[in-house]
Amino acid sequence: MTIAHALRCLRGVAVREALRFVGQRGRFFSALVRPLVWLFIFAAGFRSVLGISIIPPYETYILYEEYITPGLLGMILLFSGMQSSLSMVYDREMGSMSVLLTTPLPRWYLLLCKLLAGVFVAVLQTYVFLAIAWFWDIRPPLHGYLMVLPALFCAGLMVGALGLLLSSLIKQLENFAGVMNFVIFPMFFASSALYPLWKMQESSLPLYWLCVLNPFTHAVELVRFALYGKFNWLALLVVAICTVVFLAAAVVGYDPSRGFLSGKDRGRS
Amino acid sequence: MSALQVDQVRFSYKQLEALKGVSLTVEPGRFVALLGANGAGKTTLFSIITGLYRAHSGNISVMGHSLEKQSLKALTAMGVVFQKSTLDMDLTVKQNLRYAADLQGMARKDSKQQLNAAIELHSMQDYMNRKVGSLSGGQRRRVELARALLHRPALLLLDEPTVGLDLNSRQDFVSHVKSLCQTQQTGVLWATHLMDEVDQQDDIFLLAKGNIIASGNTQALLNQHQQSDVASLFNHLNANHSNTADNQRQVS
Repeated sequence: MTIAHALRCLRGVAVREALRFVGQRGRFFSALVRPLVWLFIFAAGFRSVLGISIIPPYETYILYEEYITPGLLGMILLFSGMQSSLSMVYDREMGSMSVLLTTPLPRWYLLLCKLLAGVFVAVLQTYVFLAIAWFWDIRPPLHGYLMVLPALFCAGLMVGALGLLLSSLIKQLENFAGVMNFVIFPMFFASSALYPLWKMQESSLPLYWLCVLNPFTHAVELVRFALYGKFNWLALLVVAICTVVFLAAAVVGYDPSRGFLSGKDRGRS
Repeated sequence: MSALQVDQVRFSYKQLEALKGVSLTVEPGRFVALLGANGAGKTTLFSIITGLYRAHSGNISVMGHSLEKQSLKALTAMGVVFQKSTLDMDLTVKQNLRYAADLQGMARKDSKQQLNAAIELHSMQDYMNRKVGSLSGGQRRRVELARALLHRPALLLLDEPTVGLDLNSRQDFVSHVKSLCQTQQTGVLWATHLMDEVDQQDDIFLLAKGNIIASGNTQALLNQHQQSDVASLFNHLNANHSNTADNQRQVS
């Protein structure tokens, strides 16, 4: 594998992903509308119900809208990661995944290209969301907009790698609905995206530990701290480890000795 | 050096033995048809040759490069047209080809030249800027062929490429591939269950239930088994093979 070939392959996959995303305007708007509904309606309704005490990285009392903004950035990354996973299952069923996997480059690298391309598109969406949120008076410090970029990439890589792993396990498109119920919703709600963990600790200790052990919690905290110009080492460590584990498992999942065609295709002719 | 050498390849789906020691060879510039009914193991063999599946035993080499030990070199030397359409329907013909050029690591300048040459060679000028989703089945197949040949591979694999095409489009596509095979000296392995796609000067391998039951020049096989056409030859050999297998089962 030469570096030039590797970079051209990455460019090809990223451009394709971006063209598809731009071509599917509905996907872009739905990806954006979902967190905006949470910000404009849900957060406004819950502002008076949930009081947020001063917790790091915040140095003063904040409105609930401000608290859930990093969680909603995480939501965009999470849904985008799962959308990439869904599109990989779809590509596999339609056959276009075969083209990528027969490219003369190591399979782990091809999967990494797919992952990076998906994250690139997801991060673009998060910045569009942040721009709209600015008009809703969600205004983190200016340097936070810059510092949050690597955090968004790291968090995006983690949920994207999880999506990749799931796509290697799901053999048919029809089974994907289960991912919504068993992965996306539990991950999102059992995290610090919508409420601080100390609130959860007051309500239920087992649930609190579930949230602490949930990697998505750490992805959200990494983004939250970075958005306010601070750094959360623990969150970065957890996110990094989970990314490596998920990606390695996905590479094993796409191993040719296991075959990667869908159940429908096996033994066709 | 053979464009493709498949030697004693075996593969099973759990209990079902799909390939039972398949061997075949494709020489550069030769059009080789892999004939077999549905379920014979053609797609499984293609999945193994393209590295999507790993054979349980046996060896495969492409232009002398072992698929197991030098897989990247082996993959570089092959172009593939899969049974299902693998084009991105939301992208234009040009965008699909550019994507393939990037995957093959072609520099922009080279890929631009190759892309223009491919558009001319495969007569795609009229629809190169149209989305693939709006093309006819025959046009899509041409785009897939152009994509598979973009990096000038020594071996071209086509898995039932004419499925779903009308008779005219089928004939047009087959003759187009055969002329490319001669002019570019590309070794072609063409899997099909449609016997009329095979000419008498082509080489054939007959695959039945995971076994190669006959191989050689089509005309020579027709003479040897005193059959008038490929379809009757296939039926004749298939029936012989089934009888032999039944007899062996009874003896054991």
